[in-house]
Amino acid sequence: MALPIYASPVQRVWHYFFIVLCTAIFLYLLVPIFVIMPLSFNSEPYFSYPMEGYSLRWYEEFFTSDQWLLGLKNSIIVGIFATLVATTLGTLAALGLNRADFRGKTAMMAILISPIIIPIVITAAGMFYFYASIGLSSTLTGLVLAHAALGVPFVVITVSATLVGFDHNLVRAGASLGANPFRVFFKVTLPMILPGVVSGALFAFITSWDELVVAIFLAGAEEHTLPRRMWSGIRELLSPTITAVATMLILFSILLMVTMELLRRRTERLRGIRN
Amino acid sequence: MTATADSPESAFLAGNNTLKSRLRRAERMRKVWALALIAPMFVFLMVSFVIPIASLLKLSVEDLEVSEALPLTVEAFKAWDGEGFPPPEAMQVFAQELVVAEENKTLGSATRRLNYSLSGFKSMLKKTGRKAEDDLAGVPADQILDAFIAIDKDWGDPAYWRAIKDAVGPLSDFYALWALDRQRDADGDIVMRPSTQSIYVDVLLRTLEISVAVTLICFVLGLPIAYLLATLPTSRSNLLLILVLLPFWTSLLVRTTAWIVLLQNEGLINDTGIWLGLWNEPLELIRNRFGVYVAMVHILLPFMILPIFSVMKGINPWHMRAAESLGAHRWKAFLKVYLPQCLPGIGAGTLLVFILSLGYYITPALVGGPQDQMISFWIVENMSSTLNWGLAAALSMILLLLTLVFFFIYNRFVGFDKLRLG
Repeated sequence: MALPIYASPVQRVWHYFFIVLCTAIFLYLLVPIFVIMPLSFNSEPYFSYPMEGYSLRWYEEFFTSDQWLLGLKNSIIVGIFATLVATTLGTLAALGLNRADFRGKTAMMAILISPIIIPIVITAAGMFYFYASIGLSSTLTGLVLAHAALGVPFVVITVSATLVGFDHNLVRAGASLGANPFRVFFKVTLPMILPGVVSGALFAFITSWDELVVAIFLAGAEEHTLPRRMWSGIRELLSPTITAVATMLILFSILLMVTMELLRRRTERLRGIRN
Repeated sequence: MTATADSPESAFLAGNNTLKSRLRRAERMRKVWALALIAPMFVFLMVSFVIPIASLLKLSVEDLEVSEALPLTVEAFKAWDGEGFPPPEAMQVFAQELVVAEENKTLGSATRRLNYSLSGFKSMLKKTGRKAEDDLAGVPADQILDAFIAIDKDWGDPAYWRAIKDAVGPLSDFYALWALDRQRDADGDIVMRPSTQSIYVDVLLRTLEISVAVTLICFVLGLPIAYLLATLPTSRSNLLLILVLLPFWTSLLVRTTAWIVLLQNEGLINDTGIWLGLWNEPLELIRNRFGVYVAMVHILLPFMILPIFSVMKGINPWHMRAAESLGAHRWKAFLKVYLPQCLPGIGAGTLLVFILSLGYYITPALVGGPQDQMISFWIVENMSSTLNWGLAAALSMILLLLTLVFFFIYNRFVGFDKLRLG
């Protein structure tokens, strides 16, 4: 991107315009995220700078409110179980899809990917209608099933990506040395595809953790998740407690993102050695 | 495994049938294993995802409320051709069934359904139901119509009788037409609904308009960033890439909340602007189209940047220099040499952003005004507020078809197996 010495004045102007433009777009992308964080430490219930003073009162409000804590608890429970279901089923399916070609594989893939393509409102309305008829609405089980369905495609995609470079001779070697299929899976296959499985699981978890529309339809007051609780909060009265929750969620996202990046680098490094 | 007759391999196989069949069996076992591994997920998705959506969509073509509440009437009305009034015997059946339904309180959903056809039907039917036992039961055939008219003069209008016949189901295009602001008139022709009820074509056009605008803005803002990331040295572009990924990983609700904090009347932008003396009154930045565009573009921009970036990264920078050294102007070189090579990324990014924006609900609901709500909002509205599930299902069907058409195009040009994450 550096400007050559022989650049004409027009090129110079264009170059600086481009830099200003890109800076502005980056500001647009990042400002909302970084503006909301300091506001959560405001001692006054306003959303403006300069702030009068600093305090942790909004965090205190979060950690002493039964409703917010219930939301946190539900989000964690639903997130963990949905991730377990999605990761188990998704990993097995990715292994199956990788093993053999068969008729209808494309159709199978299409169904598999559809939870990320079909607009979430349609999914939520369908689940609301159907789960109510089998007694699963307003239960955490219903929410777990719904979130697992939304997370499965991500697991299949990430695990399939790690399986692309997978050497099946290793499985054969394990089997020929006398290990049964389960032992081969846990001792050979799983350690090799683990980065894909873990990043798929993280995707599934964050899908559930951030999911709101299905929670609006399926969760009764007792099943409110954190986003669902936020949604009520924003629609009724935008209290600074919400900025505190938002800040914690942003920090959590950063943590997940860093984990993901480290995993990706590890996979690339392993690939590099093998090639 | 089709080896030609004269190859040594086939001679070997022909002489050893057991090896051939064992090979085939091994292949079959592989396939069975593969299917067995996929089966749990397939069953799970069917039960938790596919069947729920299918059962919702079924509601868009079903019309069962009237036939469930008044089965004998529906049977009796079948003999009527729909001209003028139904035969008096059919009216008697209807009168008798009204008495029973009123007693068992099973008329609720049927009155609601009939009211969708003709407004005013609900109150009329309720009134008739209440008086059915005293005024209608046992009235002879030649006086039955007058008895109905005595309760409510609207029964003298054949349109109401016709509406009952039209609602007998079991299948009907009633909700599908409604979702397109259409209905059938007395002759069965498709006509416009009254303009007071006609909102859904507007909603559909608005959904497309917002999606197109968001996609275009994302493209205009995303292209320079992708170009910058692709042309910087890797160490610096990796750092900037994290700045793109951070919003990507932050929850949609958190980002929408941040925009409310920034844009509302007492929000940060208005406060700063007034403090700096740029404007005196708070500007309307939220609860309108502007707010929707600002927040939606912010959320969808990474989906545009990432695919374009990944394609641009693979373009050899020497191509541009070659074009320039051959005398092309910098701009011409960019448009003729560089941009065409980016097309796969641009196609993927624009289609992805467009498909995702079609189904947006949360963001417009929080930062948009009543005139900025997209089709998803009306699905939720009909699903949970007005409880008109048939209409919600018909709107879902339209949104789904629209999404699938564009996803099909995406699949043709990009391929859904290319869907990359992170």
